[in-house]
Amino acid sequence: MYRYTDFDRRFVHARAAQFRDQLQRHLAGELPDDDFRPLRLQNGWYVQRHAPMLRVAVPYGELSARQLRQLARIAREFDHQDAGLATERGGFGHFSTRQNLQFNWIPLARAADVMGLLAEVDMHGIQTSGNCIRNITSDALAGIAPDEVVDPRPYCEILRQWSTLHPEFAFLPRKFKIAVSGAREDRAATAWHDIGLTLHHNATGEVGFAVAVGGGMGRTPVIATPVNGFVPWQQILVFIEAIVRVYNLHGRRDNVYKARIKTLVKAEGQRFVDAVNREFEALLADPDTALIPQAELERVQQRFQPPPPPAPLPAAGAAAATPLPAYTRWADRNVHAHRLPGYRAVTLSLKRAGLPPGDVTADQMEGAAALAERFSLGELRVGHDQNLLLPWVREVELRALWLAAREGGFATPNIGLLTDMIACPGGDLCALANARSIPIAAAITERFDDLDELHDIGDIDLHISGCINSCGHHHSGHIGILGVDKDGSEWYQVTVAGADGSTLSGAAVAGKVIGPSFAADEVPDVVEAVIATYLGERRPGERFIDAARRLGPLPFRHAANAVRRSTALAA
Amino acid sequence: MEFLDLDAALPEGTLVLDNTDDVLGRAEEIARHAAVALRFPKWTDGRAYSQAVLLRGRLRHPGRVIATGEVLADMLPLLRRCGFDGVQLRADQSLQAAQRALGYFDSHYQTAPGERRSIHEIGLPR
Repeated sequence: MYRYTDFDRRFVHARAAQFRDQLQRHLAGELPDDDFRPLRLQNGWYVQRHAPMLRVAVPYGELSARQLRQLARIAREFDHQDAGLATERGGFGHFSTRQNLQFNWIPLARAADVMGLLAEVDMHGIQTSGNCIRNITSDALAGIAPDEVVDPRPYCEILRQWSTLHPEFAFLPRKFKIAVSGAREDRAATAWHDIGLTLHHNATGEVGFAVAVGGGMGRTPVIATPVNGFVPWQQILVFIEAIVRVYNLHGRRDNVYKARIKTLVKAEGQRFVDAVNREFEALLADPDTALIPQAELERVQQRFQPPPPPAPLPAAGAAAATPLPAYTRWADRNVHAHRLPGYRAVTLSLKRAGLPPGDVTADQMEGAAALAERFSLGELRVGHDQNLLLPWVREVELRALWLAAREGGFATPNIGLLTDMIACPGGDLCALANARSIPIAAAITERFDDLDELHDIGDIDLHISGCINSCGHHHSGHIGILGVDKDGSEWYQVTVAGADGSTLSGAAVAGKVIGPSFAADEVPDVVEAVIATYLGERRPGERFIDAARRLGPLPFRHAANAVRRSTALAA
Repeated sequence: MEFLDLDAALPEGTLVLDNTDDVLGRAEEIARHAAVALRFPKWTDGRAYSQAVLLRGRLRHPGRVIATGEVLADMLPLLRRCGFDGVQLRADQSLQAAQRALGYFDSHYQTAPGERRSIHEIGLPR
C-alpha cells in the first residue's frame, strides 16, 4: 500500500491541529454551530441521532493492520457510552459503501484527540463529508486483479493529494464523489459517481481515462454521461479541474435536491460538455498549467510496496486430500483469483447473523489485523460491499487462513449471496434516515440462514437504504429496499433489477419499484416471495438479475402483493 | 493578506462583482480597475473562489482581489491560495483567529494560480 512521505504526515498533523483550534473555539462559544458545522463536516464529524459520528477515510480502500489496530483502540477508548441498550454502548466501527469507517459514540469534546490518534497512523477524516470532493474510491482488488488493465492506485493517490484541501473546491454546491476503475470488470460502480474514471489503453498503447460525469443516487437516480473516451493520464487533473470549475460556477445552489452535478449535466446536456471542453482547452493552452510529469507518477508508484515474489503453488495432490465441504464452500465464495502465481485474495465476510452488515467491534478489528499480519503482509482492503479483503494470501496457506478466519467469525461463506447484503446504518443511528435498516437486514439474514438454500439462489445483490440519500445503494441492488416515512411510521419500497454496472449485473440502471410500500414486518416475506418467483421461473443456469431483467417487475409485484398483510387494503 | 476595515469604503477604483457575474466575459472592464472585490453572500457559497482563480490565472489580473460579504476567519487559507490578497471579515470575526488560521499549513498539494510549480515539485517531501 501507499507509504506516507514526511510531507503527507506533517499535513495530516497540521490538519489535526487546525481542527483542534476550531473545536476549542466552538467549545468556548466563539464559533457558533452554524459556522462550525461545515468545518467539522470537512473533517468527518457529523452530529447524529445519539452523538457525533466520525467518518474516517480509507483512501481507495487500502488499510494496514497497524491502522486497523489504532481504529480498534479508538473504538475501545473513545467510542463508548455508559448508558442505554447493549447496542447503544458503542465500541465498534461501521464500514460504509464508500471505503470509510464510521464511529458513532465519540463525544465531540474528545474529537481533536481522536484526530491526533488517526494522524499518528497516517489517517484522517478530511473531506469525508461536506460539499467538497470526497474520499476517492476504487476497486477492492486494485493492483491484484487478474483482469486489471492498469493499476489504478497510483492515480487514486495522485487524485487524493490533488483533491486534499483543494482551495477552490472546498465549498461546491453539493458533495462530489469520484471513483476509479482500472480493470475490465467495473467493481467500483463508476457509473453511479459524480465522476467515474476508467483507465484503459488507446490504440497506440498509451494510458488514459474514459471519463463519465453526473452519475448519482439519491432522489433522482442518474447514470453518468460519458464525456470523454480518452483523457491522457498526464492531463487528467486538468480535465477534472475543468469539470469541477464549471460545476462550482454553474451548479444550482437554490435547492439542495438539485445541487448535485447530475442535475446540471441533465439540464444543460451538450452545453455542459462544451463548457467543460472550453475550460479544458483554455487550461491546456496556459503555460502555467501543470500536467502530471512522468517522474511524479513514478515517484508515487514507488511509494507503493512492491508486490511480493511469486509464492510456491500447493503440492500436486494436496488439494485432492478430501476437502471438507465447508472449506470448499468458503473457497468457492470467499476466495478470489490473483494476478500473481501462488496468491489469492480472500474476503473476510462482515455479514453474519447478530451483527449489522459492515459492523466490526474493537476485538474483531484486532482479529482482522492479526489475520492480515499473519496471512497478507499486514495489508487489508475495504470493499464497497462493506467487507474486508486480504489481498496477499499465499495459496498454500488458504486452509490455515480458513481455520483462523472461522475462529474470528470472518468466514461466513456468503460472498455475493443474498446475505452478503449492503445496508446503511439506518434509523437506529442516522439522523437523516426515515426508517431503520439494521432490523430489516437482521430479519432477512435470519430468514435465509440455510447455506444450501443461499447457494442455490446464487449470485444476487441485495441493497438496503434507510432513506433516499441512498447510502445503502438500494437503486443498484438486484433487490433494493428503501426506507420511507409515511405519517411518521416506517415503510419500505422494494425494487428489482437494479444494477451497479458490473459484468454480473449488466449496465448500471436503477431498479424498478414493485408496488406501494410495505410494512416492516412484511419485508422478509416480500424478499422471500421475490426469490420464490425467481426460483420458479428461472431457466437452467439463469441468475437472479438475468431472470429479473427478462421477466420485468410484474411477476415480482404479483408475488409480493400476495404476501401483504397490514398493507393488503392499501394495495 | 490585508485586513480591510468593514466600515470603511473599499479602495477607490474597486470593481465589485457578484458571484454570478461572468469574470471572463467582463475581462476588459476588469482590466480598467486596480482592484476587484468578490462577494460571498453566504460563506459556504464557494463560487467566488473559482472567480478569483480565473481572475489571477486566466486574466492575470495584477491588482487587488478582495473578499467581501460573509467572510469568516476559517476561510483565510482558502482565500489566500485562490489569489485573494484583501479581506473584509464579518463583523464578529476574530483577527487573531484569522491570523492563526493562516499558519497551520506551510505547503500544499496543489499549484496555486500564477505559480509555475509542477505537481512533481509540490508532492516531493520537503
